[in-house]
Amino acid sequence: MKLTLKVWRQKNNQTLGRLETYVLEEVSEDSSFLEMLDILNEQLIADGQTPVAFDHDCREGICGMCSLTINGIPHGPDGGTTVCQLHMRRFNDGDTITIEPWRARPFPIIKDLVTDRSSFDHIMQAGGFISVRTGSAIDANEIPVPKPVADYAMDAAACIGCGACVAACKNASAMLFTSAKVAQLNSLPQGKPEKDRRVLAMVNAMDEAGFGSCTNYGECSAVCPKEIPLDMIAKLNRDYIVAQTKSIFTKVG
Amino acid sequence: MSALSAIFTTTIGRKVIMALTGIVLVLFVLGHMAGNLLIFVGPDAINAYAYQLHSMPAALLWAIRLFLLVCAGLHIWMAVLLTIASRRARPQSYQQEATVQASYASRTMRMSGIILLAFIVFHIAHYTARIVPGMEYDQSLVEVPLVQGGEVVLKSSGVPVMTFDVHTMMVQGFQVWWVSLFYLIAVGLLCMHLSHGFSSMFQTLGLRNRIWEVRLNRAGLAYGWLIFLGFASIPLAVMAGMIQADPSSSIALVELLK
Ligand code: HEM
Ligand code: FES
Repeated sequence: MKLTLKVWRQKNNQTLGRLETYVLEEVSEDSSFLEMLDILNEQLIADGQTPVAFDHDCREGICGMCSLTINGIPHGPDGGTTVCQLHMRRFNDGDTITIEPWRARPFPIIKDLVTDRSSFDHIMQAGGFISVRTGSAIDANEIPVPKPVADYAMDAAACIGCGACVAACKNASAMLFTSAKVAQLNSLPQGKPEKDRRVLAMVNAMDEAGFGSCTNYGECSAVCPKEIPLDMIAKLNRDYIVAQTKSIFTKVG
Repeated sequence: MSALSAIFTTTIGRKVIMALTGIVLVLFVLGHMAGNLLIFVGPDAINAYAYQLHSMPAALLWAIRLFLLVCAGLHIWMAVLLTIASRRARPQSYQQEATVQASYASRTMRMSGIILLAFIVFHIAHYTARIVPGMEYDQSLVEVPLVQGGEVVLKSSGVPVMTFDVHTMMVQGFQVWWVSLFYLIAVGLLCMHLSHGFSSMFQTLGLRNRIWEVRLNRAGLAYGWLIFLGFASIPLAVMAGMIQADPSSSIALVELLK
């Protein structure tokens, strides 16, 4: 199939970027989206041009590195899919495809389609941990976890931290990411001791990084490759309100 | 950070303020609509209702007005702060924008809110302060006897208690086509604002899960339509000539003429 690509090219965070148009004459329907970009890059190198920088690692939908906004939709047109799992058969011969990076102030562009997502790491560092006793490892299943709670925590833990939620949100809000991380640890018995201080610290880190605020559009969940549901955000709000209220009366964390 | 400063400075805290003031406004709007619908019962009913509202102690009346004003003010102020922060969070917009599923109502909350604000200012100037040029309703000229339970209320001196003729003011107001049109547009936007805001309010307060998300979305839509139909019915009835400023329909005047 023949494709016209409009790709965001930007040298670094200090320079302005713009869309460049490239034409690929022959792309196999069976190639993945990232393989299609590999083909583009080989063509660019052969022509003596700089290849397009884009993030990727596992290419099997589990690491959260790949991060392309395709025709305005993070991770492309398929729901519940990372862009590395997207295939060219999803497009038609003769299509024009616009490829842009994640766009948010807390995700500055490093080069072309690669962004610096360390603001997510800062949110994790603020509260994405639990206290464990040192010494020998405790037996598995020593702490009973009710099945519905385990299922809920597992749904939250599916988050791979790719940042598509921020990219899709019209406010560039990181509520879905933060809520998944908070919900996972706050719902399990192992995470209970830091429950209140965790939610306060992680929301603080989220705000400090400069993400926008949630207006409950639901675009985040709609593009999330792991389909993290919006009720995680309701839980984040609930836990936050409870923790703030408690902090009026007692010392939290 | 203390909880008090957190509610005014964090993204979630500010949204909580919007949701709490939203509850107050949502309930006020419902009560306001129920009161207005008394116009369908008859001129005496709505006039007596207005009389009752105005005869509460002045301090209480002003406390309620101030409370509503503070709620609306906080709601708008937080909306402005959050909008500015969200704009800042995306300095460079996408060359190609797309929306996967967000409703039209959710994407236009700021616009519907701003037009609502303009309407609320006009509405208060028109019917509460009565200072819109050409539409000042002179209190002394449009007074009618107060009727309660089908009987004219008399002072101890035997003179009827007089009250402002809200019925005539509403009818005359809505007979002006552009007043009715602005009113219909505003309640239409209110319906949209609430069809997203109602459910959003529960989400912000953490009172929503997967099951209730669907139910609350439906309830929000139903609530928005209820408010729209309730408010819109009045200018529509006036313009259709179903409600007329006909003082002779008032029991009070009939009785006085005897
Ligand atoms: C007067 C001007 C108004 C402005 C500028 C305004 C603006 C806004 C904005 C920007 C939002 C945020 C949308 C979101 O976060 O999802 C919002 C939410 C909301 N508004 Fe308004 N609004 C106004 C009036 C009203 C009125 C009159 C009512 C009710 C009768 C109302 C009820 C709500 C509710 C319930 C929410 C949801 C709060 C939440 O998301 O938690 N608003 N408004
Ligand atoms: S490259 Fe790992 S998720 Fe796509």
